[in-house]
Amino acid sequence: MSELTKMTMVKALNSGLRASMEHDPKVIVMGEDVGRLGGVFRVTEGLQKDFGEGRVMDTPLAESAILGTAIGMTFRGFRPVVEIQFDGFVYPAYDQIVSQVARLHFRSRGSVRMPIVIRIPYGGGIGAVEHHSDSPEAQFAMTAGLKVVSCADPHDAHWMIQQAIASDDPVVFMEPKRRYWETGMVDTAETTLPLLASRVVRPGRDATLVAYGPMVKTCLDSAAAAAEEGVDIEVIDLRTLSPLDLGPVFESVRRTGRAVVVHEAARTLGLGAEVSARITEECFYALEAPVQRVTGYDMPYPPSRVEDEFLPGLDRILDAVDRARAY
Amino acid sequence: MTDPSDHADAPLVQLLTPDGRRTTSPGYIYDGTLADIQDLYRDLVMTRRLDTEAFALQRHGELGLWPPALGQEAAQVGSARALRPQDFAFPTYRDHGVVWCRGEDPVHLLGIFRGSSLGGWDPADHHVALPNIIIGSQTLHATGYAMALTLDGLVGTGNPERDAASIAYLGDGATSQGDFNEALDWAAVHQAPVVFFCQNNHYAISVPLERQTRVPIAQRADGFGLPGVRVDGNDVLACHAVVTAALQRARDGQGPTLVEAVTYRMGAHTTSDDPTRYREAAEVEAWKAKDPVERVRLHLVAEGVPDEWFRSVEDEADALGVRLREACQDIPEPDLAELFDHVFVESTVENEQQKAEYVAWRDSFEGSVA
Repeated sequence: MSELTKMTMVKALNSGLRASMEHDPKVIVMGEDVGRLGGVFRVTEGLQKDFGEGRVMDTPLAESAILGTAIGMTFRGFRPVVEIQFDGFVYPAYDQIVSQVARLHFRSRGSVRMPIVIRIPYGGGIGAVEHHSDSPEAQFAMTAGLKVVSCADPHDAHWMIQQAIASDDPVVFMEPKRRYWETGMVDTAETTLPLLASRVVRPGRDATLVAYGPMVKTCLDSAAAAAEEGVDIEVIDLRTLSPLDLGPVFESVRRTGRAVVVHEAARTLGLGAEVSARITEECFYALEAPVQRVTGYDMPYPPSRVEDEFLPGLDRILDAVDRARAY
Repeated sequence: MTDPSDHADAPLVQLLTPDGRRTTSPGYIYDGTLADIQDLYRDLVMTRRLDTEAFALQRHGELGLWPPALGQEAAQVGSARALRPQDFAFPTYRDHGVVWCRGEDPVHLLGIFRGSSLGGWDPADHHVALPNIIIGSQTLHATGYAMALTLDGLVGTGNPERDAASIAYLGDGATSQGDFNEALDWAAVHQAPVVFFCQNNHYAISVPLERQTRVPIAQRADGFGLPGVRVDGNDVLACHAVVTAALQRARDGQGPTLVEAVTYRMGAHTTSDDPTRYREAAEVEAWKAKDPVERVRLHLVAEGVPDEWFRSVEDEADALGVRLREACQDIPEPDLAELFDHVFVESTVENEQQKAEYVAWRDSFEGSVA
């Protein structure tokens, strides 16, 4: 029985976290400003008040220590959900993530489990200062031992955070901060998809747009604009970036013959490179055109007044669709 | 040592002199019996034998590498024997004596340095984590573990069977890492029940202590608001007494302690290192006179412990040596196919596909002549 509620992604994440904390007393939330303030984006608002300072912990300002201490806590059966305040602040924790979190299960031949969720608000489009608009997802997706997911709408945000917390493997949970305040219908009673599954969010016949996180809405907007010109575009939300679930993508590309991968992160060695390679491996004879990529450029994130030029938008996406269709 | 960078003027807790006499230091007593000291001596001898056997195995090509603990046995044994079963240790790659004292099979250490495994034991079995190679990372793990003890209500209850603490092992080089400084800060802020046990062996590979820190390591604790204690790291009684007090303080809910055990790495950084390139023979000789095992032997002899007891310890060490040599060659070769199973708790399609790809490739050579 569905229970539909309209809410923002922030609220959906908050209610998802709350549900996980109510369900399992070993779930704890830690990070900078997550307690009393409720997080700079208010994702953890009210949790400390209801669950106490022990389970919702304002940490000192040190990202490596947030991850390092979370690791120690897993040795006692805790399931830490850590918040990295902004994408660009995760790098001090990179060593603990790739050298410890990703490896301890492997290093111990399976005896140690690292059920840590690393929440990272990421991506641009909000006019932020430097280090507040990065898209570092590929750096985690390329690290064996981590699972990396990204939600694109409030319903998925609400459920994927709970599924990530329930996972016995470490999950890097990428939250598209430019979509934090957009509303959507959330079914708080049930969801149909598991965590590590992609899905078709708009069916179409002429081309396949592959996106995740903040670019899903941009791609849906692009498809809507194309529809007015009689072009029927299918849009797929990857949802999981590592492992990739490309079955629906292959199925789609075999029908459309054309694929365009879209992300904010820089092009070279971004997710688009991997997706493009796998589409080529699996759908070679179905392809009518090379897989196109619409991405951020290979530069550090630019000053925000030109970010609209840097970020993939409708025009660049539809231009790529046109190029694919012109082959 | 006349080098001022050695901080020779800083106070040092010592309870057993290099010539085996009991001495006193304010605030610390070793209250064990003669039999307890004999037990510590046995651990020292066994640790040294384990270390020298592994060194020899490396020289015979059985191990790829070995980081010798020679000279640091008292620091490792004294601190580790202060732990209770419910405490948890987070060692480095050189803390063979800690792994020994926790009761973990030292053959696992051989496996790591033979290239056969990346660890090989379950940390929950004996409450000792897998040795950490990245410098300083484990100080944060120990801090987090201690914070979790507090959350679990296992601190300051007054029940000696229940209250617990963690101990982070580190060296002087690690004190320069951000993680160590973050760990001290967090532990102090949270009053976490953790002991940071720094074996200052004077060198981070080739780089001397004076290139790591301007002040004595123990003094670094002051700025973070936790006590720092400097102890003779070659004195097993002093190390045991100081760490016993620090652990009890932690278990009682009075917060963390930084212990600097002043010792010396008598051997090379690893079997691949050549310490003659960066330190003088005279310095090594001076430390030889402070040997951590010999001073306990002298003390026990003076206390009337008979020769046959020492011979029985030697016999036991010989038996350990034989066992290690045999067990080393019996360590199973790692199976790459099996390793795929340990990347995740819940395996992925990609992982399964790559495993199948590898196995098919490997099996395609079955029966062919290598």
